[in-house]
Amino acid sequence: MISMVHHFPSPQAGKTDQNSSKNLTFALAGNANVGKSVVFNHLTGSSQIIGNWPGKTVERAQGILNFEGRKIVVVDLPGIYSFSTFSMEEIVSREYIALEHPSVVINVLDASVLERNLFFTIQLIEMEVPLVVCLNQVDAAKKKGISIDQKRLEKALGVPVVSTVAIRGEGIYELTKTAVRVAENMSQSEKTRLKYGVEVEERIEKLAEAIKSENLASGYPPRWVAIKLLENDPETMKSVGSKSERIVRESEVLAGEISHIHKEPCFAVIASERYALANKISADAQKQGTVKITLSEKLDWVSTHKVFGYVTSTGVIAGLLLWTFTVGGFFSSLLSNALSLLQPVNPTFNGSLVGILWNGVFGGLVAGITLVVPYVIPFYAMLAMIEDSGILTRVAFMMDTAMHKIGLHGKALIPLILGYGCNVPAIRACRIMETKRERLLAAFAITFAPCAARTILILGLVAAFVGSAWALALYAIDIAIIFVLGRIALKVVPGQSTGLIMEMHSFKIPSLSVVKKQTWVRTKSLIYIVFPTYIAGSALVQILYAVGVLRPLSDALSPLTVAWLGLPAIAGILLILGVVRKEFILLASVAVFGSTNLALFLTPVQLITLALIGMLYLPCLSTIAVLAKEFGWKTAATISIANFATAMIAGGVVSRLLSFVL
Amino acid sequence: MSSKTIEDYLKALYVLSRNGKPVATTELSEHFKIAPASVTEMLKKLAKKGYVKYSPYRGAYLTTKGFQVAEKTTRKHRLLERFLHDVLGIGKNRVHMQACEMEHSLSDEAEESLCRFLKHPDTCPDDGKVIPACSLPFSSCEECIQVHKKGLEEVGKRRQKLISVSNLKAGDRGNVSFIRGEHKVLQRLLDMGLTPGTGISVVRVAPLKGPIEIGVRGAKIALGQDIASNVFVDLLQKEK
Repeated sequence: MISMVHHFPSPQAGKTDQNSSKNLTFALAGNANVGKSVVFNHLTGSSQIIGNWPGKTVERAQGILNFEGRKIVVVDLPGIYSFSTFSMEEIVSREYIALEHPSVVINVLDASVLERNLFFTIQLIEMEVPLVVCLNQVDAAKKKGISIDQKRLEKALGVPVVSTVAIRGEGIYELTKTAVRVAENMSQSEKTRLKYGVEVEERIEKLAEAIKSENLASGYPPRWVAIKLLENDPETMKSVGSKSERIVRESEVLAGEISHIHKEPCFAVIASERYALANKISADAQKQGTVKITLSEKLDWVSTHKVFGYVTSTGVIAGLLLWTFTVGGFFSSLLSNALSLLQPVNPTFNGSLVGILWNGVFGGLVAGITLVVPYVIPFYAMLAMIEDSGILTRVAFMMDTAMHKIGLHGKALIPLILGYGCNVPAIRACRIMETKRERLLAAFAITFAPCAARTILILGLVAAFVGSAWALALYAIDIAIIFVLGRIALKVVPGQSTGLIMEMHSFKIPSLSVVKKQTWVRTKSLIYIVFPTYIAGSALVQILYAVGVLRPLSDALSPLTVAWLGLPAIAGILLILGVVRKEFILLASVAVFGSTNLALFLTPVQLITLALIGMLYLPCLSTIAVLAKEFGWKTAATISIANFATAMIAGGVVSRLLSFVL
Repeated sequence: MSSKTIEDYLKALYVLSRNGKPVATTELSEHFKIAPASVTEMLKKLAKKGYVKYSPYRGAYLTTKGFQVAEKTTRKHRLLERFLHDVLGIGKNRVHMQACEMEHSLSDEAEESLCRFLKHPDTCPDDGKVIPACSLPFSSCEECIQVHKKGLEEVGKRRQKLISVSNLKAGDRGNVSFIRGEHKVLQRLLDMGLTPGTGISVVRVAPLKGPIEIGVRGAKIALGQDIASNVFVDLLQKEK
């Protein structure tokens, strides 16, 4: 959970009142990709990752908002379409809202898709929680010719409605004020009850009455439990069934009656009627004007065209790496030239302890500044632009057929591309996949994705000293390995694949402030946490090396490193250190050899083999930890062993083949 | 002219016709490996019985009556292929010929039971083609199971001509009439707004048997081929 404190700049800022003792909680809920996290960031001043693709928020995030003397806890829930129990997110969100009793639920809607969004709003109203509707992206709706009468919507729903353009902060103050008013029971709006058709409504009420009298609702409103029972919701059936089988049987009888009247299963009848309500409310509140073809639609046409679409998709998948390569390379050489003027690194291990330490620290710093920062910043900036534009869903759309070959559907490509940045959030993002099997297959593929750390390794070892073409070849090998192992994993992991169901949100021009912020958030963690470890680690390695502790360790590994892979014995140490973070392989090489010019110590074949092994051999510690958290230790261990075996086979073969060429 | 011959011709027209366009006589003669003259003669007979519309230079296409027979036969054929392959373990390349023989003698009742027994399969095993929807008036398979459990015998027939979303092209519009398959997928599609009777439009179809993007209730949703092949619509005629 992420926690942040933020003082909301309000006209009455600084004024304290007697309510300050009362703690309020706001919960943000709504469909995927409607801007909940944007609202959250505005309210709490935190930096939840945002982007134009569904499913970014996988765990609920929490922050603090100080508003007119009140301390408010704000909770950002994952985006969902319904309170059925189709996915983990739906269960998490529904339990949170029903059982933790937030003071108010802020339901964020995408104004341009009002009807579909209202389907969820109706379910929130059924949950009888204090509610405020945040009608977001009204600017985007306007571009599509849609205008919404806020007052009419308010009247129809019986809850306050606030229009916002969250990305620019418009309406956020008004939203906060309204939410506080509702939370403190001062809302003026009249409660209306949204009713189903009479033959459904009668039965809901009858069942709700029985549930109430037998006290079976366990925290949920009785009417809501009744609806869920009629919908044949497995979780509700189980929990009510454990207390009273009679009620479950009665609900089955009533559901049968409804199904008989409507000639459809009862859950479909309820969904249809709920949508009929949503349709009526939205048709009444919104006006659709005529519009010209928008830029977004033109971009849509290009990115899904049978030729240009594949060009775009390949552009996104490969271009991100190429961009990092060229722009990063340029900055890297600029920086290393600048630093070499300061002090040339002295490749010695002799001299005083202070001398060795200084050498290590300086080496770590130089390596960090010249090899990490220049590559990571352009990469993260481009990734933020890609995420914010909405192109990822188009790539997923175009590549669906190809992804089926490894038992996944197109959506899995989104976490895979995020895996270029860092495997850890990418594996968490696998929760956008529907089944456990798909999450596992996607996560397995991601452990081979060329993350930023691996890119640094490839650039620092291969592009710098052997040539860019060889570095690109390594990427090609990597993608081929993902494909081959994906096919194998598909055969090994039992179960069926589900198909793609994915909402396609409109394109938008990436916002510069979002891109800047996102890049900084991701780079910040690198500089604050990773940089000091580089420097300390580098100094430590030099000392250990000078003292002679590392020799026996690397000798023990030499059958693998020297005999099979053709690397120098010291590589064993590099690989052990690299498990912590893959960049360490590069940084430790610099420390161990005492120079940034690694070509003096390693042959081209060794450089390429070391980079390949480093790329594949084991997921880094943080990745193993997240795998264990998502899938359990056994799976994490199995995946790690699979990675190691792949690396050894690929490394041995490649080093032998290369010795003929280079 | 035996009913087997009629069914084989209608099935061939069903399979060979793309987007309801007429099928040329030569195409049929290649398909059956018989002389074009015999094909022409057959088509004239079928036209007389009201199964096809035939004109000498353009070829033949199915009438509504012919389409129903053809779809039913195709459905039986592909269900039988599934049965032969999945249950009896007969190789993929051998199921087609055997199903061709069996399809003509399979009763409608047996066809419905077979579909429930096989848990509502969506594609045939040999070339992955979509199994057409049944002619029962249900909007989901769950309903069929429930009605069957109660032992109701007379359930009537579906009135509309259903077409799978995976067979639509950009610009087509229709009303959702039937969603095949398991509860979870059905629930998700309902949640996304694809309730029975809802109007949808096809925005675009990705190349290489890729997903289909549809517009529904103001939102745009991509459905993979496997999902799309289980969503059936009542196609609306295009406004001219």
